[in-house]
Amino acid sequence: MSLLSTSGTPVVSCRQLRKNFGSGENQVQALRGINLDIYPGELMMLVGPSGCGKTTLISVIAGILDASAGECQVLGENLLTLASAARTQWRGKQIGFVFQAYNLLPTLTAAENVAIPLLVQKLPRSQALKQAAEMLQRVGLAERIQALPAQLSGGQQQRVAIARALVHQPPLLVCDEPTSALDHHTGHQVMELLRRVATSANRSLIVVTHDARIFPFADRIAHIEDGLITHIAENSPALIKESLHVA
Amino acid sequence: MINTTPMDGASPLFKSEIVIVYAIALKMLLGDRLKYFGLIAGIAFAAMLIAQQASILVGFTKQTGAFIRDTAQADLWIMDPQVRFSQDHIPLREIMVHTVRGTPGVQWAVPLFQGFVRARMPDGTNFTLILVGLDDSSLTGAPPLMVEGALTDLRRDRAVFIDAGTSAKKLRMKNGGNRPMQVGDTFSIMDHQAYIAGSYRSRTSFFWEPVLYTTYSRALTFAAGGDRNLLSYVMVKLLPDASLEQTRALLQQRTGLAARTNEEFIQLTADYILNETGILMNFGFAILLGFAIGSLVAGQTFYNFTLDNLRHYGTLKAMGVSNRTLAGMLFLQVAVVSVLGYGIGVGMGSALGLLMSSAGLAFSMPWQIPAITALAILLVSLLASWFSLRRVFALEPAVVFKG
Ligand SMILES: Nc1ncnc2c1ncn2[C@@H]1O[C@H](COP(=O)(O)OP(=O)(O)OP(=O)(O)O)[C@@H](O)[C@H]1O
Ligand SMILES: [Mg+2]
Repeated sequence: MSLLSTSGTPVVSCRQLRKNFGSGENQVQALRGINLDIYPGELMMLVGPSGCGKTTLISVIAGILDASAGECQVLGENLLTLASAARTQWRGKQIGFVFQAYNLLPTLTAAENVAIPLLVQKLPRSQALKQAAEMLQRVGLAERIQALPAQLSGGQQQRVAIARALVHQPPLLVCDEPTSALDHHTGHQVMELLRRVATSANRSLIVVTHDARIFPFADRIAHIEDGLITHIAENSPALIKESLHVA
Repeated sequence: MINTTPMDGASPLFKSEIVIVYAIALKMLLGDRLKYFGLIAGIAFAAMLIAQQASILVGFTKQTGAFIRDTAQADLWIMDPQVRFSQDHIPLREIMVHTVRGTPGVQWAVPLFQGFVRARMPDGTNFTLILVGLDDSSLTGAPPLMVEGALTDLRRDRAVFIDAGTSAKKLRMKNGGNRPMQVGDTFSIMDHQAYIAGSYRSRTSFFWEPVLYTTYSRALTFAAGGDRNLLSYVMVKLLPDASLEQTRALLQQRTGLAARTNEEFIQLTADYILNETGILMNFGFAILLGFAIGSLVAGQTFYNFTLDNLRHYGTLKAMGVSNRTLAGMLFLQVAVVSVLGYGIGVGMGSALGLLMSSAGLAFSMPWQIPAITALAILLVSLLASWFSLRRVFALEPAVVFKG
């Protein structure tokens, strides 16, 4: 049992969380009563068949989507009562995002892309670019600071995206299928990076994935089916440690 | 957890941090050259279309007043009240010239004949011309510029002047002569012999028929065998201290005729011709169509641009960029493209217009047209970006999370 897993006050705490899309006959119940706690320093994976509600769940947790009912406390904030504009600001400060398609702005350099969260936090440009460069160095891209996304490989682009998600030191990272656009080897490297660089005692990660081969990187794995969590599995620390050595 | 709102304090536009976000907006726009030029081309096309169509209508409108402007050397035109446009010949009795001259406030008054007459070229080609007869002694109302010969040549026996600008087209002999009539030629007007004593240049007229000038008395001879009661207009110059409205009222009362200023007469003519010929309807429709197509192109262009960038806006919003800043970014992008596209479009429109008018086609672009076009482009751009904004504001998780 991981030492980190269930200690401290939960960073994320969902109770009977529901999300419906549409109404009447066309209504889709994407989340049908999710109960989930995520703890500081924990890497939580969400797995399950396509359409089971993984993206919907992280969208609600990250403050992108309004839930329909239930409770969702994230970093002490009750997201169901937080107004939209305030939530946008909260998100900018508290959440880091890693997307399946990287979502880098194609006309900005790697450093400029990474600097955006800092600019949003109103850091002066020079300082933002300096911190962005440092962050790029930490993800192993010191040489590619001035490169445009199109000049980078998929794995490199995702590393830029991870740098962008981390640069403003958010306490919660949300990753939707971060490896599914990458081959196995590159995906493994990206997960290693997330585990090594992103995980710290005060930062939690939620990683949505289809890819069973990266399961060993998780502290816990929540299996979702049809809008409900069926069970949560825990990885032993030994397995996690081992996964970091298999490249 | 919530820190202070970003909008407190000074206007956000002047905060350097926000300016950097706008720099990102510009980079988004300029980074993709192909798309950027496509956007500008779309707006330029729209601006050109709108300005072009409107300028052609204004050009036509101006042409309808060409004769009055060329002839206007006086303050008032006395005419039959039923006259509808400048070439509408409703004869007056010649005695009216004397009645007008005897009216207080009048400095001088001269007769003017103007009417359509039939004529025959030396090679037998029949044609219709607009004959203008100028007061014999003063030649008031003469064309503004002589090309060949002098104005006084009009006093020579049987003399007429032809339009140097249009003679090649309108006075071409097609029955074997195989050349345009020119100065020195003799031809016949209503079986009276006429001699081309000179040529002039005038404003482009709306009417197709060639305009030939002669003296008033000779015009009456040509057109009606000397009937003295075929006067078209009396042109009146007022005394410097005479009141226009008082003299006009007096003139109308004494003659029972209408007295119009140049501008009023021009307006009357334009209204009649534009409405009666259907030009206004047709061009109004063409302008609307140009506006609609242009707007559609411009709007579509912007909308597509935003749609293409939706994932990027969504990503920015996910990273905490406020709706207000996103709107600012989008407006900045729209503004840059609109201003450049507008400039290029109106510029190309005027260049094309210059070509058109040098080819003798109707085209006139007063400052109001670029101004109205600017408003139209602005409106369309704002509308399109407003529609796009709704998509940007309603951040759909699917937009940012899909692979
Ligand atoms: N905006 C929406 N409007 C209507 N239905 C939606 C919307 N977004 C998601 N859904 C539905 O909600 C359900 C859950 O979708 P979600 O995207 O969360 O699934 P997922 O687990 O992420 O699937 P995948 O593995 O394919 O990404 C699906 O049935 C989906 O069709
Ligand atoms: Mg998904």
